[in-house]
Amino acid sequence: MATATAVESKPSGSAPRKARKNALSDGQGRLSAILLSPTLLVILVVVGIPIILSIRESLFLANDGINPETGLVESGEKFVGLQNYTDIFAGQNQVVGAYGTIDRFWNAFINTSLFTITCVLLETILGVAMALIMAKAFRGRGFVRAGILVPWAIPTIVSALMWKLIFDESGVMNRILGTKILWLADDNPAFWAVVIADVWKTAPFIGLLTLAGLQTIPAEVYEAAKVDGANAWQQFIRITLPMVKPTLVVAVLFRTLDTMRMFDLPWGMVGQGKYYVETLSIFAYQEAGQQRYGPASAYSIILFVYIMLVAYLFVKILGADVVGDAAPPKKTKRKKKRQDQEAGKSAETAALESMGGAH
Amino acid sequence: MSTTTVEESTSQAEIEKLAHPKRSRKALVGMIASYVGMAAIVIYCILPFYWMVVSSLRLPTEGRSTEFIPNPPSVDNFAGVFAGTNNFGRALINSVIVSGSTTILTLIIGMVAAYALARLKFWGKTMVLGLIISCSMFPQITLIIPLLKMFSSTTPFEWFPYWINTYQALILPTLSFALPLAVWNLTAFFRQLPVELEQAAMVDGCTPGQAFRKVILPLAAPGVFTTAIITFIAAWNEFLIALTFAPDPSIQTATVAISKFTGTTGFDTPYGTIMAAGVIVTVPLLLAVLIFQRRIVAGLSAGGVK
Amino acid sequence: MTFARRAGRIAVAAGSLTALLAVAACGGGGDESAGGGGDTAPSADSSYTEKGPITYVQGKDTSGHVPKQIAKWNKEHPDEKVTLQELPDNADQQRAQMLQNAQIKSDKMTVLSVDVVWTAEFAANQVIDELPADQFSTDDFLPATVQTATYFDKLYAVPATSDGGLLYYRKDLLDKYDLKPPTTWSELKDACDTITKGEDKSKLNCFAGQYNKYEGLTVNFSEAVNSAGGVVVGEDGKPNVNTPEAQSGLDVLVNWFKDGTIPKGAITWQEEQGRQAFQDGKLVFLRNWPYVYSLAEKDDGSSKVNGKFAVAPLPGLDQPGVSSLGGHNMAISKYAKNKGTAVEFIKWWTNQENQKSYSLATSQAPTRTALYTDPELTKEYPYMPILLKSIETAQPRPKAVKYGDVTLAIQDSAYAALQGQIPTQQALSELQTKLESLIK
Repeated sequence: MATATAVESKPSGSAPRKARKNALSDGQGRLSAILLSPTLLVILVVVGIPIILSIRESLFLANDGINPETGLVESGEKFVGLQNYTDIFAGQNQVVGAYGTIDRFWNAFINTSLFTITCVLLETILGVAMALIMAKAFRGRGFVRAGILVPWAIPTIVSALMWKLIFDESGVMNRILGTKILWLADDNPAFWAVVIADVWKTAPFIGLLTLAGLQTIPAEVYEAAKVDGANAWQQFIRITLPMVKPTLVVAVLFRTLDTMRMFDLPWGMVGQGKYYVETLSIFAYQEAGQQRYGPASAYSIILFVYIMLVAYLFVKILGADVVGDAAPPKKTKRKKKRQDQEAGKSAETAALESMGGAH
Repeated sequence: MSTTTVEESTSQAEIEKLAHPKRSRKALVGMIASYVGMAAIVIYCILPFYWMVVSSLRLPTEGRSTEFIPNPPSVDNFAGVFAGTNNFGRALINSVIVSGSTTILTLIIGMVAAYALARLKFWGKTMVLGLIISCSMFPQITLIIPLLKMFSSTTPFEWFPYWINTYQALILPTLSFALPLAVWNLTAFFRQLPVELEQAAMVDGCTPGQAFRKVILPLAAPGVFTTAIITFIAAWNEFLIALTFAPDPSIQTATVAISKFTGTTGFDTPYGTIMAAGVIVTVPLLLAVLIFQRRIVAGLSAGGVK
Repeated sequence: MTFARRAGRIAVAAGSLTALLAVAACGGGGDESAGGGGDTAPSADSSYTEKGPITYVQGKDTSGHVPKQIAKWNKEHPDEKVTLQELPDNADQQRAQMLQNAQIKSDKMTVLSVDVVWTAEFAANQVIDELPADQFSTDDFLPATVQTATYFDKLYAVPATSDGGLLYYRKDLLDKYDLKPPTTWSELKDACDTITKGEDKSKLNCFAGQYNKYEGLTVNFSEAVNSAGGVVVGEDGKPNVNTPEAQSGLDVLVNWFKDGTIPKGAITWQEEQGRQAFQDGKLVFLRNWPYVYSLAEKDDGSSKVNGKFAVAPLPGLDQPGVSSLGGHNMAISKYAKNKGTAVEFIKWWTNQENQKSYSLATSQAPTRTALYTDPELTKEYPYMPILLKSIETAQPRPKAVKYGDVTLAIQDSAYAALQGQIPTQQALSELQTKLESLIK
């Protein structure tokens, strides 16, 4: 948000044909193409081509017939059209999970969705609360910020194993709670164990981003609100939330997309073939491990489309400004909150925010 | 007592509070509340990590103990990490190679792209940026299945060189999320730099290329550095790609090595050793994070990484 | 308005991604058909003549003996050195890594220590190669173990170790209450009731096996079914698990979970947790493998039950039970190099002398019949005769090409039943349906 407008002399991006005259605008198309080509090439190779290959793969099925003479599995694969996709609805692969006896794909699909909703919701609430506390801090903010980066820096798979130990049947979590919950059995507690571990790792991250947003709100705004008789809750709803919204929405978007492809945590903590925590990524990986590349690809493509769809909805409904050069929106926001510009910002917050800013 | 506390401090907020002495009691309550809150946050963040450290400092046979202080403390687990066929030293080196190469490649490729996106005018810029960002949302699992067939020269990819257990098989797919992230981050950095400086340089006869090298790059160094740290950590923590493409112990990375640790007794999950290895893998990152925390926070805000 | 505009931009960006991909598709399509023999992909050697350094891959060696025995080979064969690669002890992970090794045609693994249940799957999917039958004689091996190493009447592996389930029991407690080791489930239950009446009930549980959702559950489920006179897969190779016999076996486990005969927590147990509980004196009975014996006998303070326990054959419904057959066979990876050396190494590793020293050092059961009456071995391991009986009467787990799916199906049904999520009858009928589609 409000990307250091003072130093940004031209609205980047949009309105390509409205070229303005300055020393930098002449004949830059070719140079841009040259500069961008390595990045685009890499993306083509490591993302573009694999997607195409995945789509192709998802239309094939490996032969699994056994040669009656030798007992060997026939090699090769055959084109099956959309069968790998339609099989999802055929219900041939029933498993017992948290949602009763349903197809393993749908079980994983619901898990993925519920994990995403639960985790992101809790992370956001906790993260915003953390940010509010840190914003109120008089000193020691640096210390807290350092502490808050600890969960983020631990590799997910290591934190999965760490939580596995904590949630052990006779582990420290049960000792502290005085319970005998079987956290890692294939049952409902496992879902919450994964949620707790995920929220632990990522709520601080949302907290940090929100803090960066909070610091751009000048104290005068609150003073004015107090003069008008607004209570703390009203201040939060009317001032804080709207002003951190652009930062928060992007943070939530990225957490959402990241949670949707969750793999390491349930895989490392609870294990494989555990239907209460099996996500689409894990299911697809398992299927690939059984050499069923076709269905595995189909599931991963569905996950991809699902993620793209959610991203699109985020942008459409919540106005997540991911591209980060949203010159026009800035104007509207500026109208609503003139103070933002007038207040002026310390060098630190300006740097934080404009870097934080892609938005 | 309340006044002394307030007087000792020098921060902006407290000076402001001094201007309104009637609120000092309320301020004190608020301050205590905020310290309690901050303590809660730190405990929340650190406690599980503390458990990892404590568990690593027990005797190897005490792996599942729930004592809050190891008794007796022991560093046997740390010795165990590097013992036998765990190959952990090698794995650490591999992690450094993979993450380092990824970071360098990402910076070189990403920097020029970010410059173009931040400074140059061309048609479809938003589209390109949107494309790059959308790649960072890409689920790795979609990428892994075809690449697995490709890298292992399986039908129909007999023409492709056999890449399993090679560094490039780890580095290239890692670029898929590292590069978009870096481009995005760097674009935000470059945009922030005053364009007037470049204009001045060009007036002095510099080409855009020279302006980039001589003006932008030195100014953007902090941003580039931050991007480097974030990219390195993201690559260091990567698991799924390394798990799939490098089953050979001599090439696997630290995260994969940990997940494959073998027990010291039959059928055992060697928690002590795993936690010790976790500490070893995490501590360098933590140090880097603590030293460069302010920059990382800024960069994270730009990147929105996991 | 602004939102819509931005959304449009993202949509365009997404669209352009698709466009880009479409281009990629054109580029990629042409090459596919061009495939010939890959230049760099390792090619399989099926001649069994090449000699040179090889890698031996097995699960974690806890005895420290394997490196010694390999060093002995390396001393005698300086040009054909063997390198040991240890895998995690979790059988599912071992299987996954070996499958993956073949999937990616890697030559990093040469000789594989293959769990007996994987032979069919590995052979059919050409993870391992058929062995040159003229070079191996299997006459001196236990027939049950040789059976696990063959597929379609061809030898794909050589039995290296065998394994059978044993019932560990607290001899001191049974003696105290004047009880005999149980041969049936109801005897076991009665013994427990007697003992727990006299002892501190909160600290002592009756019985446990391996009920976490992993290969161990397949083993324990199969044992329950077989010990009640049922089968999972019949003699004719067809699944036949939806029977009253199988149900009565599964019912016992389910009821024991319900009434606390098996502690609730055991639903998360693998071998180690059960061993730990038994060693800590928290269990009267434990179903586990022979490896527990020497660990529980340790007198360094790690075991509270040393000298206080003994082993018996597994109990059954109305007669002694049937163990699932465990153990490992040695096979050669299809994509390996130097298979000539591999053949020689396997022959050497499984000869009488080496099997004996291996068994003595590791407490793993041998596969050569003669060794079960070897005085030195029986002196070291008094349970040898019981183990031999257990192995001789043991039932192999289903021999299936899609073993990964079969075992998961078994685990799914058994686990859901043990947790009380579905009735045993339903669990078995669903399992039967799944197995029928998996084993054709």
